[in-house]
Amino acid sequence: MAYDKFTTLTSTAVPLPIENVDTDQIIPARFLKATERVGFGDNLFRDWRYNQDNSPKEDFVLNNPKFKGKILVGGKNFGSGSSREHAAWSVYDYGFRCVVSSFFADIFRGNCLNIGVLPVQVSASFLQKIFGAVEADPETQIEISLPEQTITLIATGEQESFDINTYKKNNMTNGFDDIDYLLNIKEEITSFAKNTPL
Amino acid sequence: MSIAKTLFDKVWDSHVVHKIEDGPDVLFIDRHMVHEVTSPVAFLGLKNRGIPVLHPEKTFATADHNTPTINQHLPVADPLSANQLRMLEENANEHGISYWGLGHEKNGIVHVVGPEYGITLPGATIVCGDSHTSTHGAFGAIAFGIGTSEVEMVLASQCIMQPKPKRMRINVTGELQYGVTSKDVALFIISQLTTSGATGYFVEYAGDVFKNMTMEGRMTVCNLSIEMGARGGMIAPDETAFHYVKGREFAPTGTAWDKAMDYWQTLYTDQDAIFDKELTFDGSLIEPMITYGTNPGMGMGISNKIPTSDTVQGGATTYKKSLDYMQFNEGDSMMGKPIDFVFLGSCTNGRIEDFRAFASIVKGRKKADNVTAWLVPGSHKVEAAIKEEGILELLNNAGFELREPGCSACLAMNDDKVPAGKLAVSTSNRNFEGRQGPGSRTLLASPLVAAAAAVTGKVTDPRELMEKETA
Repeated sequence: MAYDKFTTLTSTAVPLPIENVDTDQIIPARFLKATERVGFGDNLFRDWRYNQDNSPKEDFVLNNPKFKGKILVGGKNFGSGSSREHAAWSVYDYGFRCVVSSFFADIFRGNCLNIGVLPVQVSASFLQKIFGAVEADPETQIEISLPEQTITLIATGEQESFDINTYKKNNMTNGFDDIDYLLNIKEEITSFAKNTPL
Repeated sequence: MSIAKTLFDKVWDSHVVHKIEDGPDVLFIDRHMVHEVTSPVAFLGLKNRGIPVLHPEKTFATADHNTPTINQHLPVADPLSANQLRMLEENANEHGISYWGLGHEKNGIVHVVGPEYGITLPGATIVCGDSHTSTHGAFGAIAFGIGTSEVEMVLASQCIMQPKPKRMRINVTGELQYGVTSKDVALFIISQLTTSGATGYFVEYAGDVFKNMTMEGRMTVCNLSIEMGARGGMIAPDETAFHYVKGREFAPTGTAWDKAMDYWQTLYTDQDAIFDKELTFDGSLIEPMITYGTNPGMGMGISNKIPTSDTVQGGATTYKKSLDYMQFNEGDSMMGKPIDFVFLGSCTNGRIEDFRAFASIVKGRKKADNVTAWLVPGSHKVEAAIKEEGILELLNNAGFELREPGCSACLAMNDDKVPAGKLAVSTSNRNFEGRQGPGSRTLLASPLVAAAAAVTGKVTDPRELMEKETA
């Protein structure tokens, strides 16, 4: 499925300064029963966001009206655990287009890239700077430029660059899809398959 | 001169269909396993594109994550779950994929049935929309979990796009102490590396401890590779592996077997091959392990005390949040803590060997009154062996009952949920907050530790019970 193109995003951010945020927190398994990709944002961070009687937990950041925006900023090792793409879907469906952390779990990072959510890995010190700035002023604007591969705190001009491979960058910038690429090299795949022993 | 290669490089390189400059490799996939939870949106994607499954004969479907573990002969009560299971069946039938649904004699957890039926083979590339696909690395396969977009990719093209990971070798030398199992070895390694210590790497496990392990033990170790962030882990296939595979239903036979063996015997790391990272541990120093926090890296020897926040890696805030959730204090001893639930099962420890280990402690004892025990075989084949070997009778005599196969309380998608605040000793793979049910608290451990807890009602060193038996 082709997805939204991503070039430059300027937004406020939602801070979640917790390490090892695992995919069971992002979306608990009991909400994985859907057979279509709809409505996952409602259950993003379900058990941190709501009490068992479904009333909102006031101290959780998504329930704090001060913080909003399209950028989610998480602590180190964000997205560890399961391969459930539902975690990336719920982040997207809630309205985030970018997740910033000092370290991402592999599968979560890949899932984000595959659905058009940009994972931006920054240094631990820059991450602290972002948390500091956003917590001091929730209106802090952050600019993420995919073409330039930079993340900038607009008010101070503080900036860091981030990595992404050229192939994925091109995909995200243009809204291209891996499967289209693979279908284009189908002959190569078919001839390879003929020579596989298993 | 040929370049010395690692086991991982040999298998990876022989599956590269196409290389993209400054991008991922296009990797051919020999075996694709599919289950009900992470596949429906992928099949929907194929439908929207109007394309078929390219290699249905290399694709296998089983229902496991979202199935009940009692009364499997009755219709599934939860309409959402029933719908998800029906979708898998419909999709499998429509595309001509082998489907082992609820009630099928081959049904079970995907990472248990794959090896049982010889779908898992040395030197193969294996993927599944489940992070514990790393299990199959026990056979010297490259096996890893993928997201749903990637499931669709593999259905459509039998290929996956992946940047090649770095290589890490973890050596565990020496001999394990009595009462120390493969689960303890894995939990020990994760406690040393943390949950992100192997992110970006593919791990090879080497050394005497793994060489002497059964296939079941190797599967437990490789299964838990993802819990230290590694995409997968593998062990060079040897006689133990070949012996396990031979004669299984989907394994090659006759001349195909001989040809396969010629290839499989080349699957080892060359002497001069280079790893990006190499670690060595002394296996004789490993104790039975138990976790005390909310990620699998928060584990320790069962007789130790919970570390203080100033001694742990990472942020003290996150650490304290974790202990608060568990209702434990820094410096607490785990031994003697009363527990409420015991879960034996999952793709980590739901195989026959795990039930034998559990039974060895339970034999001649009784389930503690304060404990609810869920014993869930990984497959019907495991269930049948439990009955044949007389383990069921032994368990029943001790006050335990056996449930039907599935993922069950490992991820608590079905009704097998540990209630809020209750403490469970589980042989599964994740102790994340609420993993086993909202508010549940999980201690990960081996089947021996789980059995010791089940009969004493509290966290107990299984060696105490084992020694009594030999005395």
